[in-house]
Parts: sequence; structure tokens; C-alpha cells
Amino acid sequence: MQQIVNFILRNKSFLFFLLLLCVSVGLTIQSHSYHKSKFINSANNVTGGVYNLGNSVSSYFHLKEENDKLHEENTRLRSILNNQMEKSETFIDSTSYTTKYKFTTAKIIKNSYSLQNNYLTINKGSRDSIKQDLGVISSKGIIGIIGNTNSKYATVVSILNTTNKISGQLKKTNQFGTLSWNGKSPRYIQLSDIQKNAKLTKGDTIITSGRSSIFPKGILVGQVEGFKLDATKNYYEVEVLLFNDMTNLEHVSIIENKDKTLINNLLQSNE
Amino acid sequence: MNNLLSIHTVRFVVLILLQVLLFSNINFLGYINPYIYILFIILYPVKNNRILFLFISFLMGLIIDIFMDSGGINATAALVVAFIRPAVLKFSFGAVYEHQALKFNNIDFGQRLTYITILTFIHHFTYFLFEIFNISKIILVLQNTLFSSIFTITLCILITSIFSTKSK
Repeated sequence: MQQIVNFILRNKSFLFFLLLLCVSVGLTIQSHSYHKSKFINSANNVTGGVYNLGNSVSSYFHLKEENDKLHEENTRLRSILNNQMEKSETFIDSTSYTTKYKFTTAKIIKNSYSLQNNYLTINKGSRDSIKQDLGVISSKGIIGIIGNTNSKYATVVSILNTTNKISGQLKKTNQFGTLSWNGKSPRYIQLSDIQKNAKLTKGDTIITSGRSSIFPKGILVGQVEGFKLDATKNYYEVEVLLFNDMTNLEHVSIIENKDKTLINNLLQSNE
Repeated sequence: MNNLLSIHTVRFVVLILLQVLLFSNINFLGYINPYIYILFIILYPVKNNRILFLFISFLMGLIIDIFMDSGGINATAALVVAFIRPAVLKFSFGAVYEHQALKFNNIDFGQRLTYITILTFIHHFTYFLFEIFNISKIILVLQNTLFSSIFTITLCILITSIFSTKSK
């Protein structure tokens, strides 16, 4: 007994080191296996406040680009509006579309794209009815999915996160696959599990498939840059050039599917 | 002593703020960022309470992790560096360290460079190993370690040179 106590006393700093190492490695493993870290996330008042303060300064540097983006989006929306007026038999009923999905705008106060698992922080939280697992998009396409929230801030699991998987499809046909990121370039993401018989050409548009209750169908993702068969020779792996410049983001919209609880209840009752 | 305590507290806070607001957003060539918060661990007094030092380093890494949503990567790397520091001090400074008479302001440039370089490389290697977390991408780990280390070392040397109060 005496010897055990002596051993602990003699090596107390090493044992302390081991203890802390276990804690930190545990947190690291948790963050790699499960993309919503329970304790270590920047959706809290201190970190959110600091980022908000920093952003209030740095956002001035991007005012011109943001204006250009808004201008572009206005033009795009106006052209859609005009087209819809001309041919009223378009596929979507705009009244049901707007009631099914609720859009909230938010501002990104922290962006990151150089890590393997990237998270963004936005300045809207649960008091603006932001909840976990809502989709986040910008004017040009998808950004990610809401992770943790607190009353004022929320983190977004970026599409540039190796643990994130989103369902995507080709715009011209309905063949769908899984969008994920290999951690290399912030300009490209990968679309896997596309059937071999799909007719792919460079420049094809990839959109979200609407197969989950997070994103509605038809949110822009990117365009096909290259493709090859995977190891099983049955599916294509497609390199997708993102429409969004993930390195330069400021304003985003959060999509809430109002039927989400209904869909989830249905799925659970089936189990 | 009180003065020393306040200097280190201020350094702790300032380095964390600088790291999360400025240096983590540089993304030179797309992905190269310096991690200058380890300057706190580098410049921590040589005469110290070992357990307290380990704990403070761990805490610093953890705070950076909370800011950057990176799990426990920075905490691990900072902890490893803090644990290994006495050995590196001994290697870089030899007899001066043995006599516990080390003052960071009065040591010559070569020794300081060796000391900072070794610690930075250890930190960055641990950091990228845990960040990428895939042993088959070891080349990517080494590549990131090398480039980011060069950036960090340059900045650390610059900062220590600018803020050193050398009295000749």
C-alpha cells in the first residue's frame, strides 16, 4: 500500500498528464465520430459574443462583395419571377411552397474551411426558433446543417465536414447519391453512389434530392467537374465544383420544413 | 510575483483572442495557419508547479477548441507540448537550465530558435495527426506540419524579438 502511494506521489505529474490526455483524446474521438459535440462547441454566449464583436469589424471589409452578391441574387430571382408569370403551368405551386418551408436569415460570424471538420457559427439561436438539423443555404447553394444551438447562437456543420452526409442528385435525371467531402479542397465536394448507367457529362448541375426532411428538393449544390467509377465498378464517384465560394460567406438562410415533425413521427411509428 | 501573474494572465487572454480572431483566419494558400498561442507555453516561467502548468496548457487548448469547434485537438497538442517542454529546455539550453537561472530575454538567438522550433514541430505534428486522424494520410500530416510550422516559427521569433526587453 505504502509503495502504491509512493508511486503515485512520485509520478503525480505524469499521471495527471495521462488523465488530461485521456480527456482530450476522448473529446477528439467524439468529435470525429459524432458531428455534434456535446460540450465543445462555439454556440455559447462567450465565444459567440467574441466572434460577433470580431465580425462587426471585419464585415466592413466585404461590404462591396456582399452588395454584388445581393444584386446578382435579385437579378436571378427577378428572372425566375418573370418566367413563372409567363408560363403559369410551372411545376411548383408557389403558395404551397412558401407555406411548407420557413426561411430565416442569419449572418455568419465565424467561418472555417481549412480543417477536416469545419463548423460555422451564426448569430441566430433557439430564440429565433433555430433548431438542430435544419438546413442552411446561401443565395448560391447549400452551406450545411445546424448542429448545436443556444439561445443566441448556433453552429452549422458545414458541407466541408468529413462527417457530414447529404443526399444529392443530378438535375436532369433523378439518379441520386450521397454528397460528402474528402477533406482536400474547399472548392470541391464528392458525390458517391451514383448508378453506373447514369449519363454524366462535365458541367451537369447537382441539386439536393429532397429525400430527407432537411433540404427541400432543388437546392443548388454545384456542377460536375469530373467522374470515375469507384472500387466496386458499379457506382460513379463524381467530383462536384461548388457554386458557393465557401471561403467567402456572409449572409445565409435557414430552411425549416414545417412538416418535419409529421414526417419524423411517421417514420418512428413505422419502426 | 504579482506582476508576473498579471503578465501571464494578460498574455493568456490576448494570445487566445489573437489566435481565434486573427491567426485562424489567415488561410495562407488555402490552408496554412499559424498557431501562435503556443507562445504562452513557450514563454511560461521555467520555475513552475508542474501540475498547474499542465493544467493551464490543457485549459488553453480547450478554450481554443471551444472557439474553433475542433473537439479536443488543440487541448491534446498543447498538453503534449507542456509535458515535453522540460526535456526540450534541457536539450536546448543545457547547463543554464540546470541552474534554473534561465531568462528568455537574455539567451542568444540560436538557442532560442532551436527551442521554439522543436516545440512548434511537436505541437503541429500532434495537432495535425489528431485533426486528420487517419494514419493513411500521414504524408498530408507531415506536409501540413512542415508548412504551418515554418509560419508559426517565423511569427513566434518576430513576436519574441519585438516584445523582448533586452537590457545590455
